[in-house]
Amino acid sequence: MAVDTFQFTPKINLEFAIREKDFFVAGESASRVKKTLQQLGMQQEIIKRVAVIIYEAAMNVAIHASHGMLRVFISPEAITIETDDAGGGIPDVDLAMKEGYSTATHEIREMGFGAGMGLPNIRQCADELKIDSKVGVGTLLQATVYFTNR
Amino acid sequence: MKVGELASALGLEVLTGNVNLDRTIQSGYTSDLLSDVIANIEEDAVWITIQRHINILGVAKLKDIAAILIPNNLQLDQEVIDKARAESIAILRGRNTAFELSGLLYNALKEV
Repeated sequence: MAVDTFQFTPKINLEFAIREKDFFVAGESASRVKKTLQQLGMQQEIIKRVAVIIYEAAMNVAIHASHGMLRVFISPEAITIETDDAGGGIPDVDLAMKEGYSTATHEIREMGFGAGMGLPNIRQCADELKIDSKVGVGTLLQATVYFTNR
Repeated sequence: MKVGELASALGLEVLTGNVNLDRTIQSGYTSDLLSDVIANIEEDAVWITIQRHINILGVAKLKDIAAILIPNNLQLDQEVIDKARAESIAILRGRNTAFELSGLLYNALKEV
């Protein structure tokens, strides 16, 4: 999917490639970004929210898409987490946002994923959330957390 | 209470050697849904779960979990134990059910 242009000039970018069912890399990417943000001296509360967003967004790619990119853009004002994947897409985004709704397979659920909490968790942690999805093509998710208080 | 002290107090098996036994425990959380743990577990918590695949280590690392506690004497792959040691994550195991371990942990933390 095409990558939108951002309203700010990103200062620090981090990028991870996520493949289908590669849950470990998805989890690791969240830990690595968390560490980077800690080194930058960012507020604990912000780091916690960003870590949840990255974990859930990356897991969504690993669970539902064939492959995708996770990108993190850090500016003086905000941090934006983006996943850009190639895969089945989301036919009904509103339904996907509903807590408890999941299309994950039985096998995935047995591992403790696919509880239908991923997107609701992201929405709760993000100040802004944009999901652009085309069925049969893929999904672009952009979640932004601002550094000023909500 | 430290992870090592909890292990001796409740008679838990320590699967990962000396790793993280000096970590102080503040709370506990019992859940097998990873998204629930990611959203709700506190820092320095003991996480009680029957999940034993390698991805629990990613969750533990991300949420800075003090130790993972496996109930029912369930078996773990050596690969997971080795990876936990490498990542400095303690894995404990008990004979009791998750319900019983939750109660024991709750009481142990309340006594401190």
